[in-house]
Amino acid sequence: MTMSVSMRSRAPYLFILPFFAVFGFVVVYPLIYNGYLALFDWDLLDDSPAFVGFGNYAALLTDERFGRAVVNTLSLVALTTVPQLVIAIGLAALLDTRRIASRWEIGILLPCAMSLVAVAIVFANLFGPRFGLVNDALTAVGLDPVDWQADRFAAHLAIASMVDWRWTGYNALIVLAALRAVPREPHEAALLDGAGPMRRFTSVTLPLLRPTLVFVAVTSTVGGLQIFTEPKLFDMLPGANGGARGQFQTVTLYLYQAAFEDRHLGYAAAIACVLFVVIGLLAWVNYRVTRALAR
Amino acid sequence: MLAGFVAGSLFPFYWAFTVGSREPGARVSTPLPGGHFLANARRVFDTVPFWQALGNSVLVSAAVAASTVVFATLAGFAFARLRFPGRDRLFGIVVAGLAVPTQLGIIPLYRAMADLGWAGGLQAVIVPNLVTALGVFLMRQYTVSAVPAELVEAARVDGCSPWGAFRHVCVPAVGPAAAFLGVFTFMTSWNDFLWPLVALDADHPTIPLVLERLQSGHYVDYSLVLAGTTLATIPVLIVFVAFGRRITTGIGQLP
Repeated sequence: MTMSVSMRSRAPYLFILPFFAVFGFVVVYPLIYNGYLALFDWDLLDDSPAFVGFGNYAALLTDERFGRAVVNTLSLVALTTVPQLVIAIGLAALLDTRRIASRWEIGILLPCAMSLVAVAIVFANLFGPRFGLVNDALTAVGLDPVDWQADRFAAHLAIASMVDWRWTGYNALIVLAALRAVPREPHEAALLDGAGPMRRFTSVTLPLLRPTLVFVAVTSTVGGLQIFTEPKLFDMLPGANGGARGQFQTVTLYLYQAAFEDRHLGYAAAIACVLFVVIGLLAWVNYRVTRALAR
Repeated sequence: MLAGFVAGSLFPFYWAFTVGSREPGARVSTPLPGGHFLANARRVFDTVPFWQALGNSVLVSAAVAASTVVFATLAGFAFARLRFPGRDRLFGIVVAGLAVPTQLGIIPLYRAMADLGWAGGLQAVIVPNLVTALGVFLMRQYTVSAVPAELVEAARVDGCSPWGAFRHVCVPAVGPAAAFLGVFTFMTSWNDFLWPLVALDADHPTIPLVLERLQSGHYVDYSLVLAGTTLATIPVLIVFVAFGRRITTGIGQLP
């Protein structure tokens, strides 16, 4: 009898044990070990790490490549989050007016069916410097072709277009679900007050969508901060991670290069720690804002 | 306007097939498919171990999806309908885990895999993905809405163990969310690139890795690369069309 009671009280912990085992292995342990590694000058090949304290962080501050990677990443975050949010709201509003929206929904979600690597390859072809379709189109209408790989801002635009193409439909569906949950009464009240459709949308619907919009903005920001595959494959010059002059190298790409090509594990771990703190802060802000809005 | 968006969504698929069906090295300016897709596909099979990569990707994604569904449903049920000390605090860790970017842990994980002797093999990409915070969170939210607390109580009063209540009350009710989570996890795993690039060796490629191999080098033969890309996209498109409705409604439950 006592046996069965203690078995019962243990069961819930057994149910959640697999999750926490994996969580400890892929989240907690790497977090702590990254913090430890970052204090050493540690080469992947020789196992004689030298303790440098915060030396790696100090070196990051004066590392031009890192600075450029940070600017590139922030530029990509802006170029992906803002258009996605605006277009997703518009798309969701359009879909909301359709009676049979489900076929359209699958249509706008299809880009998610193409793997990131495939997207990057297709877009690298479309934005090809000489024979790309985009440049063909530009020349056809009498504009100058753009060197999408060499020009820093043009490369950011091209890479952002991959992200936006793949994720906008997905985000629109998230907004759409929230839109359908908006209660009718405030709308009807505004209608009685003589508000037009546009005014009703901006002053009644949008504020009610705020928690969802914060979710979309933050997930796409956090995704943007970790962007890797698209710039990695945009220009396949051997040995160059993100352009010959690092013009579209992102922080995660630099982290990969530092760890697995330059083999500076400690330095790469310091990059990971910095990025982790930034993302953690963002998530915290998101949590506070969403909670404040939900009240 | 919507039709324009869907056309834009479809265009890169069309373009991959169009270039992938052209004669190698052809410089054609008409945006119409050629007749060389099968020849290009054969060259893909000769250049990279495509079928092996396909098998690996199916194996890894199916294993990861199945285990995520099982473990997330179990944990989701415990957090939603069982009472135990520390429950809310532990669930707080799950919620915090949603925000942790796991790809920043690649260096420690790589070292751990090397120490375990798993680096290079498929277990290196399966084990770290056996269950996710997002999976547990989703299943917990769905269980709260789909499995009435009174039903679980009644089962317990009738002498059901927690496991029995899970089997007979929870499992039959959470099918839709479990199916969505399975498809979603399968696709996420199928697309994963950074960690497989780090963790897998040349003898254990997945689909994204062979695509990358096709594209790397000074000269890129796009009819070859995009034929490979088209081939690699077909299986996911099938999954997508088969589960379309479930995916589109499931995504709305994410926030």
